[in-house]
Amino acid sequence: MNGLRPLTAQVGAETYMTLRRGETLLLTVGIPVAFLVFFSTSRVVPTGPGPAVSFFVPGILALAVMSTAMVSLGISTGFERGYGVLKRLGSTPLGRPRLLGAKVTTVFFVEVLQAAVLVPVGYALGWQPGHGHVAAAAFDALAAALLATLAFGGVGLLLAGVLRAEVNLAAANGLYLVLLLLGGMIVPLSKLPGVLAYIARALPAAALSDALHASLGTGDPVPAAAWVTLGAWAVGAPLAAALTFRWE
Amino acid sequence: MSADGISGFDGRGAPVVQCQDLVVRYGPRTAVDHVSFTAARGEVLCILGPNGAGKTSTVECLEGYRRPASGMVRVLGLDPVREHRSLVARIGVMLQRGGVYPMLPPARALRLFASYYADPEDPEELLELVRLRPVARTPWRHLSGGEQARLSLALALVGRPEVLLLDEPTAGVDPEGRLAVREVVRAARERGACVLLTTHELTEAERVADRVLVLSGGAVAALGTPASLTAGPVAEEAVEVAFGGPPGLDLRELELAIGGGTTVTEEEPGRYRVRIALGVATASGSVASAGGHGLAPGALAASVATWLAQRGIAFSELRIGRSLEEAYLEVLRAHGAPGDAEGSDR
Repeated sequence: MNGLRPLTAQVGAETYMTLRRGETLLLTVGIPVAFLVFFSTSRVVPTGPGPAVSFFVPGILALAVMSTAMVSLGISTGFERGYGVLKRLGSTPLGRPRLLGAKVTTVFFVEVLQAAVLVPVGYALGWQPGHGHVAAAAFDALAAALLATLAFGGVGLLLAGVLRAEVNLAAANGLYLVLLLLGGMIVPLSKLPGVLAYIARALPAAALSDALHASLGTGDPVPAAAWVTLGAWAVGAPLAAALTFRWE
Repeated sequence: MSADGISGFDGRGAPVVQCQDLVVRYGPRTAVDHVSFTAARGEVLCILGPNGAGKTSTVECLEGYRRPASGMVRVLGLDPVREHRSLVARIGVMLQRGGVYPMLPPARALRLFASYYADPEDPEELLELVRLRPVARTPWRHLSGGEQARLSLALALVGRPEVLLLDEPTAGVDPEGRLAVREVVRAARERGACVLLTTHELTEAERVADRVLVLSGGAVAALGTPASLTAGPVAEEAVEVAFGGPPGLDLRELELAIGGGTTVTEEEPGRYRVRIALGVATASGSVASAGGHGLAPGALAASVATWLAQRGIAFSELRIGRSLEEAYLEVLRAHGAPGDAEGSDR
């Protein structure tokens, strides 16, 4: 059998469902755009020297990756598990690798869509990327987003694979809120109390926003610590999810 | 238990479902206790039993969802767990509930599932077959219970399965839906598929099953054709006719009218059973003479109908012998079933 046909059909179905879920679009596009516009123009959060938008575009892009890869993927997978969809797919020739491949591809599609909305909004608000080499900065940002997608996807699936769908929904949303505040996405890490900042730096959210603030904001090289943290989560979280995931 | 009840051959070829000494345990509890049966191509096997009898556990072993604690399970000669990938392309599964993306409408769900298989059925034709054309674009979560069940059934059919494993396909389904399910099951059997289905609905089983497997407390309580189960041990000893009518009929008068040895009981209000033990002559001789040899069930039924008609009593469901439901309940009683203990159907 043509191995690609089930995969492309699955990607088509997953994308169709993702784009038709109003709450998902609110979470992945609506809230990030609203945050970007509000915080860039209101100046309620001090972001140091330079235009606020230059801090918030990388931070909100990091938030967008987290919303899609962790919250949206995790919640929908949790409900699919609860509805017996994953169990039923287990007795079709689709197979787990293609199901996972379709989910990852769909997450990347949505992230591209998010960037296609957020970046122009950022430019319209006066965002000016850093002074570094454009190609190198873009490469760093994409690599960081890729690693973060794996890390957040792993965390989302870890919760979805063990918790009841409703509990998973609450847990994913709670984690979203915590990581939003501790992730350097809206509140700069330098403004957090010492211990909290220390903890935050070990989490994937802060590592991603550090990487994006460097590559897309200041134009500085991405700190090595951010790569190490992102890499560790990108390997560890999916592995933990794979080992604990219950299909029914 | 008749010979055809044990083997699944029935002249239709080698068994495609084999279950031998299957044991399934959940912790300390034994859900399936040394169950053995086979089923062949072109055969419909209904698995009956009260809640908790082990029906779903048995079917889920055949689907590869559960690993047996001991015993052997083969579907199409394949081990459902170890050779899962080869097996899933050739079977069609309907879970007891759920199993469909809540947001997907039937047309999209069928097209998606069709893409998984090398030579799928036409999704449009399947929509017609299960009568979901009018709701083809309605998301699954807005469909009625019967429509959801019919979609699950269509999804089980889309890969042209050689073995169909249906877990309670008629639960919560309206009469029209049940008719569709029966048609689909018969059509699958016609083209040579083996169909295994679990159900609580005895009339459904009676209508579609070639053979019936009754599970009770995880063990086999009976296995055979519906005819062999309804005939039961009674056939050699007595002739029975059952009918429905107004409650509180004069049983004694009916007994006298038909003749000696007749016993009439009102089993529940408005449900009557007329029984004549074989080898007992009747006073009127009408029943005994009708068949020329002993008692003819048809003659007894005619006598009962005549008696009722002469008195202007409206009656219904005049039936010779036992229904599958009666046979089933008797099998469970004889097996010492732990009642219809409510619990998950595992």
